[in-house]
This record gives sequence, structure tokens and C-alpha cells, in this order.
Amino acid sequence: MDAETPRSIAIRFSGVTKQFGTVRAVDDLSLEIVDGEFFSMLGPSGSGKTTCLRMIAGFEQPTAGSITLHDKEMAGVPPYERDVNTVFQDYALFPHMTVEDNIGYGLMIRKAPKAERHKRVQEMLELVRLPDVGKRKPSQLSGGQRQRIALARALINHPAVLLLDEPLGALDLKLRQQMQVELKTIQREVGITFIFVTHDQEEALTMSDRIAVFNAGRIEQVGTPNEIYENPATPFVATFVGTSNVYAGEVALRLSGSEQPFAIRPEKLRLALPDDPTPPDSRSAPGIVHDVVYLGMNTRFLIDLDGGGEAIVIAQNIEHGAAVSAVRGSRVRVIWKQDSERRVQHD
Amino acid sequence: MTETGITLRAAPPASLWRSVLRFFYRHPNATLIALLALPLLWMVVIYFSSILQMVLVSFYTTDSLSGRIIPKFTLATYQQLLQPANLDIILRSVAMAAAVTIAAAIVGFPISYYIARYARGRTKVLFFLGVMMPLWSSYLVRVYAWKLILSNEGILNWVLAQLGLTGVLDAVLSIPSIGGASLSTSYIGMFVVFLYIWLPYMILPTQAALERVPKSYLEASADMGARPGMTFRKVILPLAFPGVVAGSIFTFSLTLGDYIIPGIIGNSAFFIGSAVYTFYGTAGTFPLAAAFTVVPMAIMGVYLLIARKLGAFDAL
Repeated sequence: MDAETPRSIAIRFSGVTKQFGTVRAVDDLSLEIVDGEFFSMLGPSGSGKTTCLRMIAGFEQPTAGSITLHDKEMAGVPPYERDVNTVFQDYALFPHMTVEDNIGYGLMIRKAPKAERHKRVQEMLELVRLPDVGKRKPSQLSGGQRQRIALARALINHPAVLLLDEPLGALDLKLRQQMQVELKTIQREVGITFIFVTHDQEEALTMSDRIAVFNAGRIEQVGTPNEIYENPATPFVATFVGTSNVYAGEVALRLSGSEQPFAIRPEKLRLALPDDPTPPDSRSAPGIVHDVVYLGMNTRFLIDLDGGGEAIVIAQNIEHGAAVSAVRGSRVRVIWKQDSERRVQHD
Repeated sequence: MTETGITLRAAPPASLWRSVLRFFYRHPNATLIALLALPLLWMVVIYFSSILQMVLVSFYTTDSLSGRIIPKFTLATYQQLLQPANLDIILRSVAMAAAVTIAAAIVGFPISYYIARYARGRTKVLFFLGVMMPLWSSYLVRVYAWKLILSNEGILNWVLAQLGLTGVLDAVLSIPSIGGASLSTSYIGMFVVFLYIWLPYMILPTQAALERVPKSYLEASADMGARPGMTFRKVILPLAFPGVVAGSIFTFSLTLGDYIIPGIIGNSAFFIGSAVYTFYGTAGTFPLAAAFTVVPMAIMGVYLLIARKLGAFDAL
């Protein structure tokens, strides 16, 4: 995002609550999404992220609070009058129509002339890099191709906001990584605000300008991928986005001199011999190796700290073989720099 | 080899059942034959051969003295079939079958739609029961019940009288050719009874087809700007169409072949079913009865061809 030019707010949630029977799916949530950004809603299933997306699309109505699109109140506006489009998790391509008719559906509804429709459909097919599949039926496409067609169909109306509901969930890993890059590229090309729902933290970190981390119907933290990863605000964010060692209470007091909970990333811990000195800007704790897992790029150690608590330590395998010759049962010292400790709020 | 601690299990004792199972495991085609032999025998020998026999008989003639069938090819029976009186029977039957089918589609669709899309749990079970329960009681009982309901002394007339609508009923009954002295002796009454009797056969396949349309299709359509009416025309109807066609095959052919309702309700005019019944059973004119039976088969054949042209089976 360009920080120089002030951007208007595309979507604003103000105190939005959504109740399904006795279940509060979204709980007094406020949020602002800026025009032109790639915004991810990240969280475990049931955290309310998809419900938020569906409320923007108009498939659900908030129980309380208000949602605005470009400062226009959306309450009572049906989906077909909202300037947003959705890429569905199951793609929802119409099986009885060709790919062309699927993509041109929105234009057909708006009664665009046939020639213009054909031209724009072809442009969209070029945009998603599938220029030759127009005459086929969705059933004749692969999962990845269907995904792109669903994207083309949602983009052809040039909506103010594009909503994507876990669109990459059904693809295999390689294709998913490729689509992550392409989605980001397409978003830059068309300049439309993307709101992307995912439970995959890596996906969110890869593509987003900003991320909102959802948990139990509330937002735990909103920030850039860097902020979310480096400065998690809560223990939930620290453990859901990447891996973290989170310490609280007595253990926190022993390790850092304060009872306030703190989180520290495993790659910021380092293993040393039990008698190695601790540098002045660092802290350390002795322990015993409980488990060693070789992961190719790095090795993960699980350490039982003396006096209670565990530490996950990840060491890059820079040299041939394991980085540290610690085995199960070895006595070690875990060392970390004080400034890599992150104070987090209580849950 | 080192000691592994694993000993090979001794081969299990051979038994007849085991070797039969093994035979079928090794010969998948034999399994298929074993499964299909009996039903196929039934279909081919008993069903198709009797239909063939019937079609053959329709091209034969009878000895006018003994009434015995003479196996000599002739088109005389079909000439007879095209006489105005017989043609009337066919047209009347087709018109009734078409009217019942269209009405069943119109009445059945909202019910099917409700069951498929909105009814959940107990409500859904209740609706299914409501649709299917009439099928559990005797067809004859239900037809006679309708005769009572529709008669001049029946509950329908009474209700209409209480509502002060007797004039409307009289006006409807005075419509030439479909009206009559009372509902139970008019084509309108017959139509109502046909519609009631065959409606479940329209609802069930339509509901099954609607059940297979995911909610996300409707949301996607609305999302791209389609109002509910447009979504219905462009998405719901095309996807439910095969189910409606399947239902219409039932309602159309069942109405076309029925011989009981025209005998109980209406003005005793012949329909194809009752004509076959009479020509075969009472009159003993087998070839004409057979020719009358070929008519619905031919009509259904044409109907299915048209349905295929319309793309009714594309989504199957």
C-alpha cells in the first residue's frame, strides 16, 4: 500500500453482532477496511470470519450494529443491489452453463449488449490466463481452472470489493502456492479491494496488506503480516500465527523477571551447552532435550525447562547434519535476546 | 534372514463358500451376470415379449365369426383407430393428460421447493408424510371419496354455498364441453381427481432435483446482481427441469393409461384406458385394444424425444 495518498474506507463494521440461535458467531465487532487493500480475515473455523464475509455480501444480516460500504449503510440492501462480488468456497459455477456464460452472467443480468459481453468475457479469460476454455462446461475443468473462472466471474462486474471465501482450500499445495502469487498479481492489476477469508496463516501472511486475526467471534489483532508475526498482541495470535512459546505466571517470572505473559518465537531461541555463558543482552534457562524432529530445512527441539515449562527451539540446518548435536536426554541451555520477548495481553 | 518373530499364517481351510466367493472375486463379470440374470430374464421374456406380442396383435385382424385372431398383417385396425370416434378418445385423453401434467408441475413446484429448501428435520418428515401418505391407502377408496366430495350433495358444494359462491360454481359448470351437471360428472371434476391422485409423482422427482441445487448457486446468482425472479428462471428452473420432466413422464403416462377414474368421475366418455378395457374385456376386439395401447407408448416416445431436445437430460 502507498502510505502517501490518503485512502477512503471501503468497508466499515461498527459494533456488529451476529447471533445464530444461542450461538454468537460475531460479537460486537468493529473494523475498517481501506480501499484497494488486500485484507485477510484469518482464524480457525467457527471464529466468525466467514459470517463477516457473508454479512458484507448480504447473505446474512447483522443482529446488531452496522456495516457500511463507502459510507453507505448496507442494512436491508439485498445482495443483488450491493456493489460487491464473491468467490465461493465451492466456486458455485453454474453446471448448466458454459464457462463463457458463467463469466458473462453478471453482464447478462445487466443486459449488456452481446458483443460487449463477449469482449469483456474474453478479457477476463485472458486476465485469469485461461483464454481457450470459454466453450467448455465447468465439469470439464480442473479444480484450479474452476477457481480461476470463479474469480473471473466475480471480477467482471468490477465490484467495489471482492470477497473470497477460502477459495484456495480445495487445491493441492503446489497449485495453492501458485494461485496465491497470481491472486496477489491480479489484485494489483485490477486495483479492487480484496477481502480474503482463510484459516491458513501462511496464506494470509503471503498475500495480505493487512490481516485481522479472528477468534471466537472477535478480532484479536489487526495489522500488517510483519506486525502480526513479530508483535502478536495476544497469546492466541502468538500461537495461531506461526508457532510461539508462550509463558505466563510463575514460569514467566522465573524466565523474564515479570509475571506478565510473554511470547517468543522458536527461531529466536538458541541452544548452547549447559555451562555456556549468557551474553549481557540475553537471558537463558537450563533444560533437557525431550524430543528432536528433523524437518529438512531446520530441526525442531522440544526442551523441558528445569523447574517447569517447555520451549520449542528451531535451528536452521546451515551445516550438513543437525545444527546442534543435542539428542534426546542431553542437558542444554536455551538462550534468547531480551528484545525478542513479546509481552502479550492476558487471554 | 534374521529372526523376525513373524510366522506365516497357515492357509485357511478351503470351504465351498470361500471358493465361491473367490471365484466371484476373480471374475467380476460373473458377479454382474449372477446379479442381472434373473431381472433381465424377467424384463426380456415376460415384459418385452408381451409388449412385442401386443404390438404384433395390433397389426392382425380377427375372424368376424369366431372372433379368433388371424395372424395376417393388416393396417385395418389402425384405420379403425383413426375414425373420428376413436380419434376423439385419443385427443380427449392426451388433452386431459397434458392439462393434469401442467397443473401438477405448477402446483407441485412450490411444494417441492419448500421441502427441498426450507423444511428441516421434523417439518420435512411431516411434509414427506403428507405427500406420500395418500399413496398408502387404496386408490379406489380415494377416488370414491372424491366422488362424494365433488357430488352436488358433497362438502365442496356445501362450503361454496356457505361462502355464497354457488353462482361461481354454476358458471364454471356451464362452460361448454368441460362443464356438466355437477363437479363429479364433469371433466373439471375428473381433472381435479387426476391432479390429486398423481401429484406425489410430480413432487418427489422435482424435490429430489431441487435438493441437488446447492444454496451457493442461488447466492452466486444474487451476488452477481440477479433478482429472485431472474435467479429462478436462469438457475433454479434449468437445474430442476430434469426432475420436472421425470415427474411429468409419470403424471402424463399415468393419466393417459388410467381406466378407473374416467369410469367413476365424469360423464362416462371413453378415455384410452377405459377404451382398452372395453375393447379387450367386453367386446373382445383384441387388435383394436392393442392398437389403443400402442398409442400412449408412441406418444410417450415422442414426448421423451422432445424432452431430450429441450435438454431435460443434459444435467443427468
